[in-house]
Amino acid sequence: MKPKNQRLVLVVAAVVALIAAALLAMWGLRSQASYFYTPADIAAGKAHEGEAMRLGGMVERGSIQHLRDGVTIRFVVTDGKAKTPVIFRGIAPDLFREGSGAVAEGRLENGTFVADTILAKHDERYMPPQLGNLSAEHKAGKTLEK
Amino acid sequence: MIAEAGLAALWLAAGLAALQFVLMILALRSDFEAARAMRSIAVVQGVLTLVAFAMLLIVFARSDMSVLLVFENSSAVKPFIYKVAGAWGNHEGSMLMWVTILAVAGAFVALLAHRTSERTLLAALGAQAVLALGFYAFLLIASNPFARLWPAPPDGQGLNPLLQDPGLAFHPPTLYLGYVGLSVAFSLAVGALLTGEVDSRLARAMRPWVLGAWILLTLGITAGSYWAYYELGWGGYWFWDPVENASLMPWLAATALLHSINVLAARGALKAWTMMLAVIAFSMSMVGTFLVRSGILTSVHAFAIDPQRGTFLLALLAIYVGAAFILFAVRGASLKEGAPFELISRESGLVINNLILSVVLGVVFVGTLYPLFVEAVSGEKLSVGAPYFNAVAGPLALILAVLVGIGPLLAWRRERRQVFKRLTIPALLGITAVVITIILWPSMHILPRLGFTVAAYLAAASILPLIGRNPFRAPLATWGMVMAHFGIAVALLGMAANAAFTSERLAIAKPGDTLTVGPWLILLQDVTPTAGKNWTAVEAELRATRGSAVVTLKPQTRYFSDPPTETNESAIQTFWNGQLYTVVGKPDASGAWQLRLWWKPFVTLIWAGGALIALGGALALVGRLWRLAWRRRPDADWRRERYT
Repeated sequence: MKPKNQRLVLVVAAVVALIAAALLAMWGLRSQASYFYTPADIAAGKAHEGEAMRLGGMVERGSIQHLRDGVTIRFVVTDGKAKTPVIFRGIAPDLFREGSGAVAEGRLENGTFVADTILAKHDERYMPPQLGNLSAEHKAGKTLEK
Repeated sequence: MIAEAGLAALWLAAGLAALQFVLMILALRSDFEAARAMRSIAVVQGVLTLVAFAMLLIVFARSDMSVLLVFENSSAVKPFIYKVAGAWGNHEGSMLMWVTILAVAGAFVALLAHRTSERTLLAALGAQAVLALGFYAFLLIASNPFARLWPAPPDGQGLNPLLQDPGLAFHPPTLYLGYVGLSVAFSLAVGALLTGEVDSRLARAMRPWVLGAWILLTLGITAGSYWAYYELGWGGYWFWDPVENASLMPWLAATALLHSINVLAARGALKAWTMMLAVIAFSMSMVGTFLVRSGILTSVHAFAIDPQRGTFLLALLAIYVGAAFILFAVRGASLKEGAPFELISRESGLVINNLILSVVLGVVFVGTLYPLFVEAVSGEKLSVGAPYFNAVAGPLALILAVLVGIGPLLAWRRERRQVFKRLTIPALLGITAVVITIILWPSMHILPRLGFTVAAYLAAASILPLIGRNPFRAPLATWGMVMAHFGIAVALLGMAANAAFTSERLAIAKPGDTLTVGPWLILLQDVTPTAGKNWTAVEAELRATRGSAVVTLKPQTRYFSDPPTETNESAIQTFWNGQLYTVVGKPDASGAWQLRLWWKPFVTLIWAGGALIALGGALALVGRLWRLAWRRRPDADWRRERYT
């Protein structure tokens, strides 16, 4: 190959790689990205059954029930407007407790959210940005109650 | 006083960086004599940042609560090592560490780089000074680590307990050294683009830096993966968390650069391409720093939440990357392309390696930033997780692993021999692996099956470069390459075994109950309270038996008081053929405890492979440095290198 052709081939190869990456990423994102929903979104029918998604909100007080096998829990996630029942099998993470924020990964099955993973905030200062707004609303709600 | 001394050193260093930049402009306008001072200035600047960093370590070691940063991130009752490590376990301290490494790297370039031309070296020092200047400004304006607090409170707020772990104390410095090592490649590339001297001498001067940075990134990623594995208690080794991706992206770019730089060093080809990769590699380091340090991510690592800082870092990123790309666009086209090569040649093999790595980098980059982009544009929230990354990057990685076996067998410039004949045995091994997995485990998922196949093939193919010659006369760099490529096969085997054969058990047990997981019988003997220096815990005592082997494991759930936090401390027992991984959860009303147990056959090979890859890099680095130190006639370089 002459140097000039060689450079042309390299440039074409680089452009092809770039396009391939873009197409691959678009295909992947269309089929694999999971959206973040709040219970209100689910009540409004925005989420589809079976689709991988994240659910975020506050764990409602008094809602955590332990099933008889000891490792499955049921609880209700609320954002103040709507409620979604959640079922989770596993060890709930550090600082997962009633009245605090949580994000669950999983899918909707017959109106119940089946969680594969629960991400709770890891310490009192850390809050997932997606929950930041919710927490502000929650606090506002509390102030109103008073 | 100590904090003020640190701040003063930082201001002085910033002033020197500015001076260095002015001198570079003078140097490029041919006023040589004054610019020679740049070397000494770069060294003094490096020393000053070291002084500033040492001052920060001292205030942390002394728990000087009159310094705001110490108050916010430390407490008097912490173990000493975490007091010191707390200095970089926070935003300001870690940025100071960043700029310290940057300036010290600049000092070493000034001291050691005799290989490049004087003009390119001075231009590179100027570029390094501009980089440092931006980060000095960032520290002094937006994140002063030495700010005082008055009156001084009696005790601090503590360090996130997840970070109170020996692995994590050394994890960020390793990664930062890797990130910032790439800044030297960036500066040398910018310097060479400015002077137009992109040649194999430059590549040889750049190569030890790229290699060193790459080794540290490899170690950092491997150690970070193991940390997440045992500390988070989820049993996974890679979560495609944005912070993990932030370290993976520079690694991918550095891996591509490491391969293309060999073409430039040996053959003088791929000039523009290699300069581009040098710019991209450090850009990815800055993207990584931005992602982690701006706090825009949903992640356990994102503990700095402050939009002003994010904007500042983003502006720095845009300026540096933008300027480098503009420089590249202006100068890149005028670079003469070097020695030609044919379609089947070592050069082509490395180009294909670079293309695949670039595509992987592209899809990881898009996947990591897409949620941020969507949220900024439409306000919609989404997450891109393991399903995306495994689907798009997994097959590419397997294809790359197949090609890794072929590339090193090809000759430079043109290959006329029947290379594929040499791959007969590796190919047969791969086929054997497919057949065995189909017979023994017909229901195995496709990806682990392919993983076993490629691992068997690559383990054999990777050592071929040492076969058919006297292996002890092969250069160290060749040994390094073989070891790193073999490490890929080892890691792949570990991942496939973990994916295919892990047994998991999640159950509740009362003391005296027995559970089984994989080949193990596990008896919960007792659950007792225990305490450490700054935590209390409940500790389960498990007795695991397999045949005649008996081990005791003691997983804990720890409660830290400042800040109030719980962590699951997994208990892991390593055997030659796998790891037993146990976590204790919470008790239920009847006094039974949640236990989560895994038997993970050969999972340790994942990190052993990572360590082998890094060790291979280290061998190559020693070999290269040895040659650089002992070489007498620089013009004979490329001739020798052709045969390595």
